[in-house]
Amino acid sequence: MRWGVVTFPGSNDDHDALWAVGDVLGDEGVSLWHGDRDLHGVDCVILPGGFSYGDYLRCGAMARFSPVMESVAKFANDGGLVMGICNGFQVLCEAGLLPGALIRNRDLRFVCEPVKVRVEVTDNPFTCRCVRGEVLTIPVKHGEGCYIADPNTLEELEQNFQVVLRYVDDAGNPTEEANPNGALHNIAGVCNRARNVFGLMPHPEHAIEAQIGGEDGLKLFRSIVAGLKEGVQRPAMSQVSER
Amino acid sequence: MALEQITTQATEREALEHGLTAAEFKHIVDGMGRAPNIVELAVFSVMWSEHCSYKSSRRLLKQLPTQGPRVLQGPGENAGVVDIGDGLAVVFKMESHNHPSFVEPYQGAATGVGGILRDVFTMGARPIANLNSLRFGSFDHPRTRYLIDGVVRGVGDYGNCIGVPTVGGEVYFDAGYNENNLVNAMTVGLVRSDRIFRASAAGVGNPVLYVGSKTGRDGIHGASLLASNEFRGSEDEKRPTVQVGDPFTEKLLLEACLELMEMDLIVAIQDMGAAGLTSSSVEMAGRGGTGMLLDLDRVPRREQGMTPYEILLSESQERMLIIVRAGAEEAARKVFIKWQLDAAVVGKVTDDGTLHVLFDGETAARIPIPMLTDEAPSYERPQQTPEMSATQEPDIRRLPLPRNYNETLLALLDSPSIASKNWVYRQYDYLVRGNTVVVPGSDAAVLRIKGTRKAIAVSVDCNSRYCSLDPYVGAVIAVAESARNVVCAGATPLGITDCLNFGNPEKPQIMWQFAEAVRGIRDACIALEVPVVGGNVSFYNETEGRAIPPTPTIGMVGLIESCERHVTQWFKTEGSVIVLLGRTLEEFGGSEYLSVAHDRVGDTPPWIDLSVEKSVQQVCLTAIQEGLLESAHDVGEGGLGVALAECCITGPQRRLGAVIESQEAIRADAMLFSESQSRIVVSLRRSNLTRLREITAAAQVPFEVLGEVRGRRLVAQAIVDLDVAEMYAAWTSALPRRLAKSA
Repeated sequence: MRWGVVTFPGSNDDHDALWAVGDVLGDEGVSLWHGDRDLHGVDCVILPGGFSYGDYLRCGAMARFSPVMESVAKFANDGGLVMGICNGFQVLCEAGLLPGALIRNRDLRFVCEPVKVRVEVTDNPFTCRCVRGEVLTIPVKHGEGCYIADPNTLEELEQNFQVVLRYVDDAGNPTEEANPNGALHNIAGVCNRARNVFGLMPHPEHAIEAQIGGEDGLKLFRSIVAGLKEGVQRPAMSQVSER
Repeated sequence: MALEQITTQATEREALEHGLTAAEFKHIVDGMGRAPNIVELAVFSVMWSEHCSYKSSRRLLKQLPTQGPRVLQGPGENAGVVDIGDGLAVVFKMESHNHPSFVEPYQGAATGVGGILRDVFTMGARPIANLNSLRFGSFDHPRTRYLIDGVVRGVGDYGNCIGVPTVGGEVYFDAGYNENNLVNAMTVGLVRSDRIFRASAAGVGNPVLYVGSKTGRDGIHGASLLASNEFRGSEDEKRPTVQVGDPFTEKLLLEACLELMEMDLIVAIQDMGAAGLTSSSVEMAGRGGTGMLLDLDRVPRREQGMTPYEILLSESQERMLIIVRAGAEEAARKVFIKWQLDAAVVGKVTDDGTLHVLFDGETAARIPIPMLTDEAPSYERPQQTPEMSATQEPDIRRLPLPRNYNETLLALLDSPSIASKNWVYRQYDYLVRGNTVVVPGSDAAVLRIKGTRKAIAVSVDCNSRYCSLDPYVGAVIAVAESARNVVCAGATPLGITDCLNFGNPEKPQIMWQFAEAVRGIRDACIALEVPVVGGNVSFYNETEGRAIPPTPTIGMVGLIESCERHVTQWFKTEGSVIVLLGRTLEEFGGSEYLSVAHDRVGDTPPWIDLSVEKSVQQVCLTAIQEGLLESAHDVGEGGLGVALAECCITGPQRRLGAVIESQEAIRADAMLFSESQSRIVVSLRRSNLTRLREITAAAQVPFEVLGEVRGRRLVAQAIVDLDVAEMYAAWTSALPRRLAKSA
């Protein structure tokens, strides 16, 4: 498949995302320039990590106004798959493609470390090849990764099963200690209601090789490939309500 | 600035105010055949500053070995370059940003990182790793926590934002740095060995392009007045001399420069670091033996009304000076405009050998370039050996043995210089660019080289307590330890960059320390066959007459031919055999044990025999290359006891215990805590033991089977018996606990 990775001025993990989809996955990776509205026919857009426009205003606040984002919004509204990683997640929230916002970490310090996240749902293209409840080890690295939303939005997110990943401890429980940034409900990643736009703070592109950071991140990339090719198994509503 | 100031002759008093001496001013007047005007005087003051001219150190530095079969570029350029095969080379350098980081820790540290990054990508290299050596005062000092917080944020924010991983380094605490903390920043880059860019002007008429940020009034006199003087207790007033960093602009500058370098338009390129536009233009012309014409009216400026004096001396960050081939200006400018950066032609290469500066259409300065470069002052400063009192030697026989070895070991693990630095490193992005095979926390960081089977190992080291006791031995050990650290990862040492931090060189005892340290680096580098490919000298690290401990920091890069054969320091497998390479002697001088358990320093650091050191390293390297070893760990501060504890508790997955029974007939505290050099603890499968024994015997390296990896406790000599969890808790809580205390 054809992946597009956007480069904003200040994107850093764009190279790493291209390495993940190209060299590790063996797919085609296309670099998308922030000033270019053309998405070059890609099947999935990745908004990568980094500090777009220096993040001097609010993280992602400037990037949402770049020409490429008009096309990404249209692509998403037409059902195209969009994954925002870290700064990309912040951009998606600023652009209104995902609910909520990301603010300074609880302890006001940048944090770089591997964390454990539990897969909460698999009825979307981003985790369809994972097992529900599965715990993945993926690194985070951010200064502003504390996910917040107003109570109604949070409630809606939970009810609609839009929380895709949650920070958990070794035993798989979403504890305060396991939460690296103070995110509400230990939220590490959410999707939109249509389940085609996904944002997450952990960096799956930094967990794709056994030698470097493990391979758990690959499960997300492989899910996207499979989800596009074979479609996503939506669970029956009875199963959903059991959760 | 009024024209009269440009044309009026500067006086000796003004020269003194600019940090020049009366003799130096006379030298200028004699050389020019007239008195300089104030702009010219300013140019001399920065170019002849200690920071830019190395006037106190140049003669001594000449003795360092800088050649080697892999060296593509030694000292004298923006950074050193070493060939690693496969058509690739590594570019690296370390530089100090000590004075600014004390005056304004956040911006000082941040711009230190920014400056060294530019030195490396100026050479055409993509930066792949940052490291740093940070030294702070005692936690008892009221300023220490503030400095740590600011420096760590500054290092982190700059490196994180520009997208270069900060993969390691060292953090030391010593009361000797209470009034002068040190920030030594190192960058390693990767370049195609046939596409290295240098900073030597050529081609009369070629345009000189200014790119990057606009010029402002920040950092004026950073090189001359801040970095080349002692502190006298009014440092807050010097804040305006500290530059302000903008990592986002530097990121754009990095990408734009690398893109331009693909286009074969560049003749020479140099970053505007210390002394900004002045040093970059003068040094490029100096190396190329050309002249240079600069028209300051064309320099992009941040504010109106800037004088030629200010424009020439500004140390605004994130700027580069590039000489391109004639006719290529427009193509080059387009690249920078794409990256939203300023780019302007501000001058041209000339053949008259002078720096000719125009402002408002008139000559603002005209100076023969050789006067600013090769003919800059160089001093053979007097040296004086300090008197050693004969009674300082700690009498080992009188030193009481610890009552409780468990407590002593835990106290050492809790000592700030030994304790886990995770509080620091988790604030740095050490993963970006996806090459970090070994993250901070082992002897050396390891980065793979994409597109090859290779990897590099990098380490930064200096035990300044040894150096304050004996700067020669201390410097030898710094080089040896940095080599040992990369060897423990399975790497062959390739070369070093040195960052020499000392007090006031005008004091004979400081000059003696410096000369001894340089001699130590020379001897160690010759013995270990490691060239010095670049470096930096930072003098005047003094406050109110008190100098820092001599601190010759060594940055080492090593090559691992086969990345999958790299080794880390922690134990891997229950039942594996633990072996000590090298011999333990009763050496307590300068040890962490003497300091922590006996509150003493002692006057003789451990001895080091460089031929033994070389053999031990060679054995370890061969064993790793043959795939015999599961772990290898340098025995450093805290001795074998701390080294074994670290092997038990630093593994990222799980912590393993060990049972140790040494037969060495020495004092029990020496066996555990002596800091004898040239020792490595390794672990290996029992089936590999015979082969390791053969290798060590052939190299005549001392070899002792210490015990085996077993259980969840470290049990040694029937005097240490500690749960790995307890050791881990002591080691990891030490820094957060101290930093949490309100100042």
